[in-house]
Amino acid sequence: MKNTPIPKFVIESKKSRKIIDFKELSYYKDLLYFFVLRDITVLYKQTILGILWALINPMFQMVVFTVIFGKLAAIPSDGIPYPIFSFAGILPFNYFSQSLSSVSLSLVGSTGIFTKIYFPRILIPLTPVLSKLVDFFIAFLILIAMMIYFNIYPTWDIVFLPMLIFLMILTSMGIGMWLSSLAIQYRDVKFAMGFISSLLMYSAPVVFPASLIADKAGYDVYLLYGLYPMVGVIEGFRSSLLGVNPMPWDIIGMGCISSVLLFISGAYYFKRTERIFADVA
Amino acid sequence: MSEYAVRVNDVSKAFLIGLKETRKETLGAELISWFRSPRKNYNTLKRLNTFDHIEESEDLFWALRNISFDLKQGETLGIIGDNGAGKSTILKIISRITNPTIGYAEVYGRSASLLEVGTGFNSELTGRENVYLNGTILGMTKKEIDSKFDTIVDFSGVEKFIDTQVKKYSSGMRIRLAFAVAANIETEVMIIDEVLSIGDADFRKKSLEKMIEISRGGTAILLATHNFLPIQAMCKNTIHLDHGRIVNYGNTNDVVSKYLGDMSKDMTRQSWSIDDAPSSDSIKITKAEVVPVTNLPVIRAGDPFEFRFEFYNMLNTDYDINIMFHLIDDYDNLIFIGSTVLTNLKFRATKGYIQTSCRIPENLLNHGKFTISKLYVLQGFEKVLYEHTNLLVFEITGDVEYEKGKSGKIDGIMKPKLSWEVNSKKEI
Repeated sequence: MKNTPIPKFVIESKKSRKIIDFKELSYYKDLLYFFVLRDITVLYKQTILGILWALINPMFQMVVFTVIFGKLAAIPSDGIPYPIFSFAGILPFNYFSQSLSSVSLSLVGSTGIFTKIYFPRILIPLTPVLSKLVDFFIAFLILIAMMIYFNIYPTWDIVFLPMLIFLMILTSMGIGMWLSSLAIQYRDVKFAMGFISSLLMYSAPVVFPASLIADKAGYDVYLLYGLYPMVGVIEGFRSSLLGVNPMPWDIIGMGCISSVLLFISGAYYFKRTERIFADVA
Repeated sequence: MSEYAVRVNDVSKAFLIGLKETRKETLGAELISWFRSPRKNYNTLKRLNTFDHIEESEDLFWALRNISFDLKQGETLGIIGDNGAGKSTILKIISRITNPTIGYAEVYGRSASLLEVGTGFNSELTGRENVYLNGTILGMTKKEIDSKFDTIVDFSGVEKFIDTQVKKYSSGMRIRLAFAVAANIETEVMIIDEVLSIGDADFRKKSLEKMIEISRGGTAILLATHNFLPIQAMCKNTIHLDHGRIVNYGNTNDVVSKYLGDMSKDMTRQSWSIDDAPSSDSIKITKAEVVPVTNLPVIRAGDPFEFRFEFYNMLNTDYDINIMFHLIDDYDNLIFIGSTVLTNLKFRATKGYIQTSCRIPENLLNHGKFTISKLYVLQGFEKVLYEHTNLLVFEITGDVEYEKGKSGKIDGIMKPKLSWEVNSKKEI
């Protein structure tokens, strides 16, 4: 051990140049694993229904949406049964909204840890972004069951599904880095999360198809709408899994642009404020 | 290869402490200030950033000032100082938790920080799961923990409960398990704050032995503590910090005895002006004194006397406040805990001064040197609002009876007046 060159860490007031230090992250991958494992293990502790909650919640949402928006409001669903249409939106959106609400308070909730020890702070928002995937994949089983029930088969575009899931994670992480680092200094974020969630919810094409926007407001607005990355993700889910429309590459592309911008700016802001976390917490 | 483990070069750290809030006189003015306050709040919160605003301002507080020292590989260095002297801040800088405002520190090799034991312990998880979680937080890899797992569990002595949720552990078991994880890290540098003074006496001894073993193994250790035993046992050199500056740095025994020398001078009265009184978020202490209630200038064994404390409550609150102190003798024995909790005295804390006095009855304490080692201001029975270490040091001299020429000094911590009954039967 003593023969290998000893790494030297310099602690100073200057900001570090690297936005994300991948070498350091790979060193701490085990910690990330145990953080995620902790979140998953603890989540449904001391509940009766346990992991079943990951099935029950989205199913109830689907039932409510089908009755209110599908039957009463008769919102069009691109020609497929409303329950499965809405569920294909609920699935990625729930991941997005749950990971956002837990990531936004992740730093505030971990002050006890990061004021006592050093590890890459980025692991703290990264943990809920990854652990919420468990609920996502469990709820995915319902979608598969519904596809069998309604006799709907995926198209070849399903090969793009992992990419859509990645886009969904990237967006959560991008916004999450912004919100979590803002929240540690300005606790207003905690109170704003309520309406931010509902705003994101109603503006995402969960209960209505994105084509509705194109029909009512024209293609330009539709493209602009695509800047909200979840629009492309949700419509992409519907196209690849349910074969409603051809893959909407135009809005997915728009979503990719804004998602990457959010991620890079989020990572930059996080890095910039990181060194004051312990002081302001 | 560098011969150093840690180099600290002219490090200073500034904090901005909140300025006094002002309250408006009229409802109208108050309402207007609500709408103005977001802007003010924003500016205050923005100034929490300790790096962009280091121009001198009246609420700028230097927690550390021009600190420089080196720690060579394999050596152990102690840091002592009163509460608020900056011990934890310098350790946090070297641990990379916070950055210095000015200056820099270099750490050579992997370092592990034990600023508390059991960081990140989750009570819903089992002992085993927590060993892995805590171990990786401390910088170990899963593989390293795998290979050390049995040693860790052995050292902790909680084998039987390792697959039980930690919330069912006693606090002692929790501490033992957490310390066992920390004590089995292999690093070049270890940064330790106070953690050697937790647990019961047996465990303290065991953990101190373990630390000495680690230090013999070539790990450089930086150790901050109130407790001189581990420092004297482990460190060749020690730093004495006071108000963020190094006031003494050198051979441990010299530094400690000078520090104790300063300390063991009687300190029967301390008072501060409201602006520089030691304070927590809500409470400032402005005065503490021990006074005889006889008309003599000294307190003699068996005499009644009084402790008087004066606090300033910065907040307008409506909870009950309790005061509690620990009285120890010269050998660190806890003589008793004085607490308003034990009485039915209840008082609400409103904003402003709080004066308390506590009368020690006659015929209680014998001669000797006593220290109020801890003073707490509590909200209700448990929540600590303010804590002060080593507040008053005083001596109880001669003997009441001795003065009267009846008897000499007698041994013992207490000098109670017992009621005796003696009967004699005359044998016929």
